Amino acid sequence: MTQVRAVCRGWAAVLTLWATVSAMSLWAGCQTIKAVGETVAVVGVATGAVTEEQAQSIVRTGAALSSAMEHLTPENEYWIGRTVTATILSRYPPYDRPNLNRYLNLVGQTLALFSERPETFGGYHFLVLDSEEINAFAGPGGLITVTRGMLRLCRTEDELAAVLAHEIGHVEHRHGLQAIKKSRWTGAFTTIVAEAGKTLGGAELAEAVRAFEGSISDVMQTLVNSGYGRAAEREADAAAVRILRTAGYDPRALVTMLQEMKRRLKPGGLDFAKTHPDPEERIQAVLKMLGGGGAPTPPPPERQSRFAAAMAEL
Amino acid sequence: MNRSMRVAVAVLATAGIVTAGAETMSVQVRSGQVRATASYLGAVIAELPYGTAVQVETPSKPWIRVKLPDGRSGWMHESALIRGRLQLRGGETVQASASVNEVALAAKGFTQQVETEYRKQNPTLKFTWVDRMESYRVTPAEAQAFLRAGRLQPRTAEGAQ
Repeated sequence: MTQVRAVCRGWAAVLTLWATVSAMSLWAGCQTIKAVGETVAVVGVATGAVTEEQAQSIVRTGAALSSAMEHLTPENEYWIGRTVTATILSRYPPYDRPNLNRYLNLVGQTLALFSERPETFGGYHFLVLDSEEINAFAGPGGLITVTRGMLRLCRTEDELAAVLAHEIGHVEHRHGLQAIKKSRWTGAFTTIVAEAGKTLGGAELAEAVRAFEGSISDVMQTLVNSGYGRAAEREADAAAVRILRTAGYDPRALVTMLQEMKRRLKPGGLDFAKTHPDPEERIQAVLKMLGGGGAPTPPPPERQSRFAAAMAEL
Repeated sequence: MNRSMRVAVAVLATAGIVTAGAETMSVQVRSGQVRATASYLGAVIAELPYGTAVQVETPSKPWIRVKLPDGRSGWMHESALIRGRLQLRGGETVQASASVNEVALAAKGFTQQVETEYRKQNPTLKFTWVDRMESYRVTPAEAQAFLRAGRLQPRTAEGAQ
């Protein structure tokens, strides 16, 4: 009985500490909550307040409290992004024009340097899709594909940069990964605790592949059907304004590009019209971010001529 | 001091170490670039492979000054680094200080092995084009030349300084 009371006292102390330290650390986000969980567990064992088994339970609870997405490392994100993009490319054929794709990468990869997440595991890469649909896809980790239909909306390099900066914004905020249901990877990430260096065995590999398949399906569903939602689109637009401005482009080009998109999108279409908020809604939000509108400064002739030369391949 | 208080002091002291003790960070991207200056437009002095541990000299944001394993110093962007040590493939020794999560991080989840297996089951997916896409690379020098040729003047206070 005395032992039971001692254990209860130990738990009470740990729980009190948990509450205190967690509250102190809320500003630092979920990562800290998890770290605090581990800290409480380690120190609890060291001081004899809890057993090793109880400590592991605390660590697991802490991990469960933190966000699902947090468990995905940049490397995990990279492998998801590759398969998502391979799936997109099996639906939308690539547009094999080396000069155009080179230009797209010059604009896009240069812009990515000015994002808040300039380095991803495999880096940012861009490719044109041979489709008249108005669409673009931000594969997790930075594999960004844009249709010919979307490129046709752009009349200047600044407007093209606005399209790409918006997609970079989705990668920066890891919106694609947010689409993955927690249930997909609870198995893969909690029961498959492979020793470092060990390759997965048959059953473990099958479980990981199932979780992977589910995750790809969740991301595709969001990219192609449901969209990220208004809040995420606004975040991506805000990122685009910041990236454009920092790189030296005129962020008002995002507004003129959206105005052109509004003119050309068909209501009820299966493209951007399906997965994005009404362009007018985005225009109003971006105008607020910019503190007003006005026509963008015309790009200098050097910039416009290289844009026109590349777009001639469209 | 009673037992609860002792536990409290120990936890808070350790939590302090967790928060402040970010001396070691690891490269969390395939190739982490180290630059001579705190800028993306600065010269690359080294490229560190995934998992390389570096020591933090100046914990500023977004550019962190780090000491490399060979003793040189340089600047890395925070997005290329993760706190602590990554336990990688190849049988490196587990660090005594590594947490459970750090140890398992590199071995769990979705890896090349998972993609290989998934590809066997989905042979029609266009991975060849994904590989080709990844071969499209713009070097820092090319980005600088592109900015100059387009008469783009980046702001120096944010991002690429």
